[in-house]
Amino acid sequence: MTTAEFEPWDDPQEKPLIHFQNVTKRFGAFTAIDNLTIDIYEREFYALLGPSGCGKTTLMRMLAGFETPTEGTILLADQDIVSVPPNKRATNMMFQSYALFPHLSIWENIAFGLKREGMPKPDINNRVEEMLRLTRLEKFSNRKPHQISGGQRQRVALARSLAKAPKLLLLDEPLGALDKKLRQETQFELMDIQEKTGTTFVIVTHDQEEAMTVASRVAVMDHGKIIQVATPDRIYETPNSVYVADFIGDVNIIQGTTTANGEDSYAIAWAEGRAPLTANSNQPFSDGQECHLAIRPEKVAISTERPENAANAVQGKILDIAYLGNISTYHVELPSGVVVKAQAANTRRISRRSYTWEDTVWLSWTATAGVLLAN
Amino acid sequence: MRRFFLIATPYAWLLLLFLVPFAIVVKISLSDTALAIPPYTPKFSWVDGIWAYLSQLDFENFIFLTEDDLYWKAYLSSFKIATISTALTLMVGYPIAYAMARAPSEWRPTLMMLVILPFWTSFLIRVYAWMGILSNEGYLNQLLLWSGIIDTPLTILNTNTAVYIGIVYTYLPFMILPIYSALERLDDSLIEAAEDLGCSRLTGFWLVTIPLSKTGIIAGCFLVFIPALGEFVIPSLLGGSNSLMIGKVLWEEFFSNRDWPVASAVAVILLLLLVIPIVLFQRNQQKQQEAEQ
Repeated sequence: MTTAEFEPWDDPQEKPLIHFQNVTKRFGAFTAIDNLTIDIYEREFYALLGPSGCGKTTLMRMLAGFETPTEGTILLADQDIVSVPPNKRATNMMFQSYALFPHLSIWENIAFGLKREGMPKPDINNRVEEMLRLTRLEKFSNRKPHQISGGQRQRVALARSLAKAPKLLLLDEPLGALDKKLRQETQFELMDIQEKTGTTFVIVTHDQEEAMTVASRVAVMDHGKIIQVATPDRIYETPNSVYVADFIGDVNIIQGTTTANGEDSYAIAWAEGRAPLTANSNQPFSDGQECHLAIRPEKVAISTERPENAANAVQGKILDIAYLGNISTYHVELPSGVVVKAQAANTRRISRRSYTWEDTVWLSWTATAGVLLAN
Repeated sequence: MRRFFLIATPYAWLLLLFLVPFAIVVKISLSDTALAIPPYTPKFSWVDGIWAYLSQLDFENFIFLTEDDLYWKAYLSSFKIATISTALTLMVGYPIAYAMARAPSEWRPTLMMLVILPFWTSFLIRVYAWMGILSNEGYLNQLLLWSGIIDTPLTILNTNTAVYIGIVYTYLPFMILPIYSALERLDDSLIEAAEDLGCSRLTGFWLVTIPLSKTGIIAGCFLVFIPALGEFVIPSLLGGSNSLMIGKVLWEEFFSNRDWPVASAVAVILLLLLVIPIVLFQRNQQKQQEAEQ
């Protein structure tokens, strides 16, 4: 049995569920969303990722109907929804604060939206029971929101927003209030529920790890613009800009100028009197063009001797060691003053580590390890 | 020991300033009226002893209250006026509190000041001012006649309408403040959540805003109802002889008839009647505190 890859964004036949066409939103003189065009497909788990104030929450509130765009159109299943009020939209939102009604029990909270629809009573009962089962809250149905824990409240909020079986579920920093361990568990729960219900999820988060874990595609935003939309692995492995490379995970950025030295291969002059670095790139660079070489720390090897056959090797002094238990991050200062981070798994006991502070070491990486970026 | 004193102080205060005077009033209510100073018998004397003194007390005055229908009519009328004016105050106060809570946060302290501002002038003067407004030649009638809405002056002063206006005006801040404090704590995202789940603005208000400001509404209603029930100044100044309220009857018994024992009996009954809403009010406050924990 083969499972087809879920990649509707690569299929030109596929119609997007959500289509933002040149959407701009201004608050007074401040432009929150700047001429933005995106497509979100059915059954997708779409993450909007960016620092606070980048416009991701505004984007989501426009989907929910709490904000209207200053310019542009938003299509939901080919229908313009700009003028549709929130209570008439086939979208539901899970609020950052959860916004559970404190005067209603868990059961009544989940039934709230169904009752507004005028659903017959037995159907409401069934649907609420189903939601309680899905979120494993059966035992708490009679409690009030203040009588349950934060993690349970989060699940009630999810159950309530899913109860109406929306075409699109919006999640505004849904796990922000949970502690780390619970957050990680809940991430997998979210993915599970998303798969089970087949609902399209749009999640807003500033936590890149969360976005990478749950999303089918991640949209990195900055200053009201989408910088890159891609699957988590592509966002990480082939960022399209220094901003994305820097925002997602840890990265070393080495500035230099390119000279072509083979097919798709470039020599990078990066420091006076040092041998140029070599990197492969599909992107064409002209000779003498300024560039940034982005390399993830885990792709940089650290050794006491100069490794043979390494495409790139530089010598430096260990400035700092961040010990994280399973791995350590070494901050190595090169003679030019640039600090390069290298990560290595702690396969030996810490007392037998072969290098320590102030040691001179070699850092090396292959020609394909880094990504060459123009800006 | 320190703890004991800390707890004992308010109780001693209550004992001295509430229970002792109340005991004296109860005692007078059980006495008989007399032409003397003070105008009742028996008086306590050490010679006869306490038992002889207590044996002369009886419930005559309370029985009298049930025989003359003036009193129960006055209680009933007070109850009616207090209930209606509480409802009116709620209807006026809730929108004001709502508007205050929805106002931009930098405006709120100013709006709050405006609500409290009337307290800076004497209550009596403000009620007199209303006499000037509501009388037949008053500002309101002048305005209405001038604008041509009416051609004969309205009689408002010395009717129950004037009493309602007076009570609503006087006790409005007591309604606004608890409701405002309940609404101000209301999380806006709850309203958005209600809309997101299919509520119109109005149903959202009805299903979320009103239930969540319930404690404020109840507190405000009691804070208006309790003093309005025993109100004396407003009915006697604005209601004239037409309005019958127990506070006025009480005053007349004391000062016009100099019948202290009956007046005391009226006061004791009034207090017993007020205990019920006060207990309910306490219960509401307690529930609110529990809910916040």
